[in-house]
Amino acid sequence: MSPTTTASPPSTGRTGDRIFSGLSKGAGIALLAIMAAIAVFLTARAVVAIRANEGNFLTTFEWNANADPPVFGIAVLLFGTVASSLIAMLLAVPVAVGIALFISHYAPRRLATPIGYVVDLLAAVPSIIYGLWGALFLVPRLTGLYEWLDQFFGWTGVLSYDGSPARSLMTVGILLAIMILPIITSVTREVFLQTPKANEEAALALGATRWEVVRMAVLPFGRSGVISASMLGLGRALGETMAVATVLSPAFLINLSLLESGGATFAQNIASQFKEAGSMGRDALIASGLVLFLLTLVVNGAARLIIARHKEYSGAAA
Amino acid sequence: MSDTDRTRNEPGPERRGGPPRPPEVAPENGGVAQEHDRAAHELAAVAPMVSGQSVPVHPETARPAEVPSETRVEEHQERVIITPPVRPPTMGLRRPRLPRWTPLGLAVGSLAFAVAVGLVAGLDSRVQWGLIAALVFVAANFALTAAVEGRRQAVDKLALSLIWTSFLVAVLPLASLVWETVARGIPTVSWDFLTHSMNGVLSWQQGGGIYHALLATLQQVALASLIAIPIGLLTAVYLVEYGRGSLARAITFFVDVMTGIPSIVAGLFVLTLWIMALDFGYSGFAGALALSILMMPIVVRATEEMLKLVPNELREAALALGVPKWRVILKVVLPTAIGGITTGVMLAIARIAGETAPILLLVFGSNLINANPFEGPQSSLPLFVYEQWGYGTEEAYDRAWAAALVLIVLIMILNLVARGVARWKAPKTGR
Repeated sequence: MSPTTTASPPSTGRTGDRIFSGLSKGAGIALLAIMAAIAVFLTARAVVAIRANEGNFLTTFEWNANADPPVFGIAVLLFGTVASSLIAMLLAVPVAVGIALFISHYAPRRLATPIGYVVDLLAAVPSIIYGLWGALFLVPRLTGLYEWLDQFFGWTGVLSYDGSPARSLMTVGILLAIMILPIITSVTREVFLQTPKANEEAALALGATRWEVVRMAVLPFGRSGVISASMLGLGRALGETMAVATVLSPAFLINLSLLESGGATFAQNIASQFKEAGSMGRDALIASGLVLFLLTLVVNGAARLIIARHKEYSGAAA
Repeated sequence: MSDTDRTRNEPGPERRGGPPRPPEVAPENGGVAQEHDRAAHELAAVAPMVSGQSVPVHPETARPAEVPSETRVEEHQERVIITPPVRPPTMGLRRPRLPRWTPLGLAVGSLAFAVAVGLVAGLDSRVQWGLIAALVFVAANFALTAAVEGRRQAVDKLALSLIWTSFLVAVLPLASLVWETVARGIPTVSWDFLTHSMNGVLSWQQGGGIYHALLATLQQVALASLIAIPIGLLTAVYLVEYGRGSLARAITFFVDVMTGIPSIVAGLFVLTLWIMALDFGYSGFAGALALSILMMPIVVRATEEMLKLVPNELREAALALGVPKWRVILKVVLPTAIGGITTGVMLAIARIAGETAPILLLVFGSNLINANPFEGPQSSLPLFVYEQWGYGTEEAYDRAWAAALVLIVLIMILNLVARGVARWKAPKTGR
């Protein structure tokens, strides 16, 4: 009796095992294949566009991809994307670190959990709704602030303002900052919560105030977490489409004053020009999309590498 | 950790030849090292006092090496300057502290000041009044604390104000966003709005509805889920149960990177593959393909985390009974983690339901009801919002806000249900 029961199940099990592990491995490989396919297909179309391009793809300041011969370059897009994302980072990171500290170390516990929930919910608000709110609510309310900035800092040139509707890169940066706050906050909060309790209590026992505990125990421990969270946020900001497309009043020029309208970003340019684009126009947009893809790939990859190294480190310490 | 601290601290008194610890402080210190925050704060106030009265350097104020030396010097000077030579007996060993109602009093005072300034200077924006009040409050709080309790406490208060400010600064726009959407969306939302399409409604006319967009969004999201969930689940199973070596590491890394792909790039990819290379037309399915690319990494990540939480004892017990591995995974591992997996999948669905950019490129948009997602252009809720915004008339704005409200409600319901499932089915991790 025992030989039959032990003999038959393993054989079926092994076949099933082979099928199942093959399936799951196949799914994993499919994911890799999709990533590779994205790079390959975008590159293929981009090469067609860049070959036909009469201007310099990197330095030309115009986008006439539908003209004959096509002339286009990504200089303006690169400037607009990087400038608005950097503004967003400068505004969002300190505030996000503040909120993360508030949730992890300052708020009363009864308040901290619901706030954490709300922050996570806000991360789920679709970008088009941020865009709608930005265009119809935020833009009219920023002119006052911009006039004030112009009055005191207009001489820098970067912050001069001509009184036009505030649909500028600065507005986009502010909106993007609001949008990436939740993601930076939630990652940073997780890292801060992992600070070894013993370190904090040791500092408290030595007579440190709460801020000194944060400065000496929490922030040094969470530094790499903050950096990687910021880069995740930066990746979001670089690729954001709809919020920029609704708020920005695009113009294909580099306006050094960030408060005045004009400029364009990669994603916004694709969304706004797509419907009017002919076949060459599409290929040109795909070429700019490839640059955006590589940009976010680098930023996200770096962020993930930092997180991975941090994980190993903290795992070894614990 | 407390062991290392002890070894750091104990040699202190012997090396420096300080006096033995005062008996009334020592036990309190021991308690702090274990648990009590409150006691620690007491001590924070007490420690400098005690040493200030006896000798400058005292075991209680001895610090680990990472404290910059200038802090200690400042502290020392401050102690010498501020500590009065004779204390009233009721104060005991405590430093002078501001009464508990000080922040409230300061807040009222600075508000009154701001209102006065605002009225006198004729500032018409209430935002400016608020800013003045906030600045005055922070400055006054800092100065007062510095004068009474000392500089370190003042810096602590300053940090506290800044952290509260950052919290409020972040909450304000987000609250405004939700408020605007609800307040401007509700008047237009009605049963008619939910059950009619935009067929024949011009941009400056009232009426019309989102039925076509709602239907299309549900179809596209369902199709995307059908593609992404199996692949995502299987990939996560591979990573947790089978994956070893460089392939698993590569998949983990690229899943992470894939999470950050901009949605418009996913849209462009499907455009080149599906519409340009394979020559299909615009359709809801093309949009669903792009959405599934965005959804896969989220599903993988969430499932992977949940599968890792399943205790190994369960797997080992089942394997020890002679159950083949694939049946262990299907019958033991996945059912144990099903709550968390459901949550992750629903969050992923909520995430892609609001995507606009790939829909714009691949589904193209339509004012008519098209119930077939495989043929011809469709609409979608987020795309509907974008289109109506683009018309630029008040009537279209009303429709945009109303559609935005429906979209937000849909996504919030998905989120809340997902979190409910997570709480209800949370695996017991022994925390």
